[in-house]
Amino acid sequence: MSELQIILSVFLVMSGILLMLVGSIGILRLPDFFSRTHAVSKSDTLGIICVIFGLIIYEGFTQSSLKLFLIILFIVLSNPVGSHALGRAALKKGLTPFFSSDENEEDKL
Amino acid sequence: MEQFFLYSSIVLTIIIAVPLIRVVKGPTIFDRLLATNAIATKTLVLICLIGFLFDRIDMFIDITLAYAILGFIGSLTIAKFLESPKTSTKNE
Repeated sequence: MSELQIILSVFLVMSGILLMLVGSIGILRLPDFFSRTHAVSKSDTLGIICVIFGLIIYEGFTQSSLKLFLIILFIVLSNPVGSHALGRAALKKGLTPFFSSDENEEDKL
Repeated sequence: MEQFFLYSSIVLTIIIAVPLIRVVKGPTIFDRLLATNAIATKTLVLICLIGFLFDRIDMFIDITLAYAILGFIGSLTIAKFLESPKTSTKNE
């Protein structure tokens, strides 16, 4: 195992964990549901891609790294789809966004 | 390198525990579901890191794949169920 492999893997894992920390704080701090879906779908997906790509670089070129690559593909396909389905269900159920054009409907937070 | 995986697993466990606050005090049911979905997707990475920590990645990777598929199907099913006009989403 070469030095460059270890340095690149540690860098990718640490940056991915930092992105997931940003996503977790965003779930707590953002004002309403439709903005919390951004924190779940975007930053969490990028964090998972970074961490698992770092693990692929650490593992090398084996069968397990192929399965890790399949996990990346599945997460990229499934995580935004789940968030979008939840957001569409909330919109059909009449949940109003925080920055909506109506002035009177701010009691639904 | 073992110590790096150990410490990153500990930090990731703390990060996973943060959305539980949103699960407990979320105003609507959609907030609770979103936080549960976030916990499920981050647990995948934790299982991968534990597999590298124990040097058994060939076993843990299959658990990760099954967990990913199960979490995705569950989240999508609950979203489609709440979307139908017969179900009520009022808080009690």
